[in-house]
Amino acid sequence: MWDFEFTFEAMPDLLNGLLTTVQLTLIGYSIALTLGLLVAIVRRVPIIGGVLHFVMEFIRTTPLIIQVVFVFLLTPANISAFTVGVVVLGVHYAAYTAEVYRSGIEGVAKGQWEAARALSLPTSRTWGAIVLPQAIRKVIPALGNYLISMFKDTPLLFAIGVTELLTQAQRVGSESFRVVEAYTLVGLLFLVVSIPSAIIIRRLEKRYVAV
Amino acid sequence: MSPSDTPDNDLHQGVAGEDLIVFDQVVKRFGDLTVLDHLDFRVAPGERVTLIGPSGSGKTTILRLLMTLEKVTEGMVWVGGEPFSHMPRGSGFAPASESYLRARRKRLGMVFQQFNLFPNMTVRKNVTEAPVHVLGTPRDEANARAEELLELVGLGDKVDAHPTQLSGGQQQRVAIARSLAMQPEILLLDEVTSALDPELVAGVLDVLREVAETTDITMLCVTHEMSFARDVSHRVLMFDKGRIAEEGHPDQIFNDPQHERTQAFLKSVLENG
Repeated sequence: MWDFEFTFEAMPDLLNGLLTTVQLTLIGYSIALTLGLLVAIVRRVPIIGGVLHFVMEFIRTTPLIIQVVFVFLLTPANISAFTVGVVVLGVHYAAYTAEVYRSGIEGVAKGQWEAARALSLPTSRTWGAIVLPQAIRKVIPALGNYLISMFKDTPLLFAIGVTELLTQAQRVGSESFRVVEAYTLVGLLFLVVSIPSAIIIRRLEKRYVAV
Repeated sequence: MSPSDTPDNDLHQGVAGEDLIVFDQVVKRFGDLTVLDHLDFRVAPGERVTLIGPSGSGKTTILRLLMTLEKVTEGMVWVGGEPFSHMPRGSGFAPASESYLRARRKRLGMVFQQFNLFPNMTVRKNVTEAPVHVLGTPRDEANARAEELLELVGLGDKVDAHPTQLSGGQQQRVAIARSLAMQPEILLLDEVTSALDPELVAGVLDVLREVAETTDITMLCVTHEMSFARDVSHRVLMFDKGRIAEEGHPDQIFNDPQHERTQAFLKSVLENG
């Protein structure tokens, strides 16, 4: 039987965990968006770009959970698990967003670069006012999908003891032996956030890709 | 480059003299394909020159070399007495660096076959972007000048439109206004009507005729519009296999072509419209 009393008792702790999960996602995603963009631009530089490509390839082909545990073990104890988690999550996803940005940048017509050059526009203007606005517009939906994907990956930080949603559920569940309720609630809370986000992203997709 | 590779005295005289554009033994290769083959030619200030010839004969490459969208393989290009493909270093020349080119490229403007307007900007922003960010023109002044230019090309009512809302002919006229906004000494026109529907060609050519009549801008024009070439140009260059097969006054080239390649080319152009 479903224990409703437990549900109400556990809610505050679980909502706290959800708050941490959302924070992890938003901060991690901001890191992924900015770092990924930088990587996509620097990757066009000879040599440095090649090295960077290799590093990103390495990050994308090894499991996130191993990266999280590995980095956590290497960092000094005074750095919190939350900080380590959010940075690893951000860097890991930057490896993916960089590829997305790259496809967007390569999708900008050669004529746009040539027109910018023929007008003597400085490099910063060519990127900032012409190439990136066109490139990013095209990849907004793909970037949005990584937001949801990252949100769903936050429970991996359980492994290093970040008190996000899953860790909280594990704790309240084992204290009261109501494990089924605890994990069901986790699933529902994830849905409560994911579904509206997915709808928002689909709207963005319609708005930007149609143009 | 070693000092022995510097241009000879003959060329220095030419550069110091009247010529605005000098191609000195220019070779351009793409892999094994030689597009320009030891090409020499000169253009005087204010001169309007039309380049004709079959596709692949190197006409567009000449414009792209001038606009520094391509680099020469051998030889040198000079603009206004300054080396353009190279920069002076010591007593000789080295391939031009990006910063060297950036300081000099402003002398030229280019209009492309595919317009290449910036789709994320309004027509006004397309025209003011370079004056504001390259020449440092105050925004108000650049806007006023943009409106004048758009009026000149017959699009005074489209300043706030986006390029995607315009027809090809209108987009190309915006592109002309955009390059004129930089007040270049030299305007390069690369098959500017080739991508247009036939009924839109006349509007674009009228604008260019107007520019030719009302300014002393030097024009290099690659086109298949022979009547336009005849009307506006002082000189026609017929290209074949990366060299100039024949050159002369438009009347002579069109009425009395000497070279058999010119005769064959003009015949095929007239037959195919």
